Amino acid sequence: MSNSVLSTEHLDKTKLAELDKYIAGLENKQEAIIHILHRGQEIFGYLPKELQLYIARKADLPAAKVNGIVSFYSFFSQEPSGQYQISICLGTACFVKGADAIIKEFRSQLDMADKRVSDDGRFSIRDVRCVGACGLAPVVVINEKIYGHVGTDDVAGIIEQYRGAEG
Amino acid sequence: MRIDSLQSLAELRESAQQYVHLRRDDVKEHPADAKIKHQLMVCGGTGCVASRSDEIIEAIHKALEEHQVDDVEVIKTGCFGFCGQGPIIKVQPDDLFYVRVQPEDVSELIESHVKRGEALERLLYVDPRNQKVVHNHHEMDFYEKQERAALRKCGLIDPMNIKESIAFDGFHALGKVLTDMTPQDVIDIIKTSGLRGRGGGGFPTGLKWEFTRKSVGDKKYVICNADEGDPGAFMDRSILEGDSFSVVEAMAICGYAVGSDHGIVYIRAEYPPAIQRLTAAMDQAREYGFLGENIFNSGFNFDIEIRLGAGAFVCGEETALISSVEGGRGEPTRKPPFPAESGYNGKPTVVNNVETLANIPDIILNGGEWFASMGTEKSKGTKVFALAGKVNNIGLVEVPMGTTLREIIFDIGGGIPGGKKFKAVQTGGPSGGVITDRDLDTPIDYESLKSIGSMMGSGGMIVMDEDNDMVEIAKFYLEFTTDESCGKCTPCRIGTKRVKELLEQLINLEGDEETLEKLDTLCNNIRSTALCALGQTAPNPVLSTMKYFPEEYMRYARREVKKTYSIDPEKCIGCTRCARVCPVSCIAGEVKKPHVIDEELCISCGACFDACKFDAVLRP
Repeated sequence: MSNSVLSTEHLDKTKLAELDKYIAGLENKQEAIIHILHRGQEIFGYLPKELQLYIARKADLPAAKVNGIVSFYSFFSQEPSGQYQISICLGTACFVKGADAIIKEFRSQLDMADKRVSDDGRFSIRDVRCVGACGLAPVVVINEKIYGHVGTDDVAGIIEQYRGAEG
Repeated sequence: MRIDSLQSLAELRESAQQYVHLRRDDVKEHPADAKIKHQLMVCGGTGCVASRSDEIIEAIHKALEEHQVDDVEVIKTGCFGFCGQGPIIKVQPDDLFYVRVQPEDVSELIESHVKRGEALERLLYVDPRNQKVVHNHHEMDFYEKQERAALRKCGLIDPMNIKESIAFDGFHALGKVLTDMTPQDVIDIIKTSGLRGRGGGGFPTGLKWEFTRKSVGDKKYVICNADEGDPGAFMDRSILEGDSFSVVEAMAICGYAVGSDHGIVYIRAEYPPAIQRLTAAMDQAREYGFLGENIFNSGFNFDIEIRLGAGAFVCGEETALISSVEGGRGEPTRKPPFPAESGYNGKPTVVNNVETLANIPDIILNGGEWFASMGTEKSKGTKVFALAGKVNNIGLVEVPMGTTLREIIFDIGGGIPGGKKFKAVQTGGPSGGVITDRDLDTPIDYESLKSIGSMMGSGGMIVMDEDNDMVEIAKFYLEFTTDESCGKCTPCRIGTKRVKELLEQLINLEGDEETLEKLDTLCNNIRSTALCALGQTAPNPVLSTMKYFPEEYMRYARREVKKTYSIDPEKCIGCTRCARVCPVSCIAGEVKKPHVIDEELCISCGACFDACKFDAVLRP
């Protein structure tokens, strides 16, 4: 924790305007707080503390309460993710088919043993709750694209598709 | 177009039926001069879309144009349930089922099946047990023993077109209820049917509705619990993706029965296609007057809104769900008061699971006795199970209650792949337990599963084979519950963490027999003292694996477990195959000389074991 006071001044103004528009259309802002946070995460990519404070003020809620909600639900992220978010399903069906070996494989190939985001900011790795595609287990989701029946020897090829990609 | 009477609904059904006659089991003859000769039903469930079913649909349209075919329609349906074989195309009226179709196959399929009238053999389903090609959808083992009630219209209709739902009797139950029945009549039918909550609780649905009806309140709510959190269960998602209409209709029926005009669907944000189809179903229902004011000119008003969850397993518990809908952390509260008395915003609220609701319209149309004629003495009707893990046929299976696990895993599921031995099946997810071959012949119902140390849960069914380590499985579930504990009560917040640590001690070969005793005591304490069902059931995976596989725990306690793979130098011929597949490059050796695994680096993934053709790699 830094001692500096949180400030909402550095948040992107265009993005905030988009969020403001959404919030203004809501009848009961406090009850819709989870929806506001979803929208905020969609627009900003994640929910930094400054944004949580901004939303709390908009919804007339204590910032501590908003932070309590953000930290409670696993869908919300308080840190930015990489350009390519690698989500490895750790639902039971994927687990019994070796999803933990797949995670280790991604971590070792990308040299990210204990890092969430790679040094160049291109990749981030996280495990996710059952994505409900158990017929394809083990499943890996990269941004929106789903890879099914992934084996440890498929990992290098999958990473290569993104390493080679522009931007 | 607003439908305001049973009469106009019946007329609409008749006109809509001409779009679906190729798919109706009761229509055998199709007019020779019909404009459409074939309908290609392409699965648009999450599993199949992930394996490119959208590209397949595009490819079909292109192929139809190329081959100048104009008597074929393409329909994107919901899930057929046979997810392990996706992407799936079903051709009607031929009742033919193509599996694992790729966009590249489409042109040949159209050429062969549609133009020449010959089935494309290589894409038909092959029975894994006798290698025979199966032509007819209804003759497949996977479907033969199934009895589809809640899933009746999934895979049968276009989930984005309300007319197709109406053609198969959609919204007729709502019409019947609002024009011919009193709320008490509705409750009586549901009570007669014996329907119990499909989310796992198993509470009689009719009673829940009756309690809510009798509670005093100026406003009441109907909440649909679509926060499917059990890892490995996906029936609610499939129902919403394949037939949201039935859920919308059932919520309105429930609203009429309990005296509510306000419905809320609480759904996981992780399910975008389900949300999209549910939204479309609600919009179309409004357009036809099945939601909104004065439905069927009866004076009854009802509408539904969607609330998004944000990933919290505990929100499947109804009081936690209500806290989340109210815009807070999803923490459970003590019951009583039950939501039926004081739920959302302190008002009487009925909370029903998706699958429970999906059964309602057909119960109203066919009568409570129809539903009660299926199942066991105390558990009526059918149940959808999500069969996954180490089993040949992965997918959604709907069977009458009382079917045995052996029938589900070996007849419908086609047994264990790779000639491996069945070890256990986990039902009830992180709240349930394992069932071994000893109990495979138990007829499944709410009570019987409890009596053998597991539970029904929402219907997840994960099959494990001889390779799965049961202590690791227990740890996996405890990691899940530790992560998902909301933190409100101490036994769950701290207790599950300590259980997880004890399991880690065992697995890291740092425990002993005393660790096992501590585990047992702690698990039983949590079970009897936690606040809500999540905490009370969290120790179940540990207790049940300890009960059925005590020797595996004992091996860890006595530190007899070998942690890594190794190579038998006698058998190894030095083909280098294992070294090439090893993801962590921990296998060394020269060509044609025995190889060695570095135990420090080995991650026990088993890749070398699978790769070796000489049985030279030894399992831990």
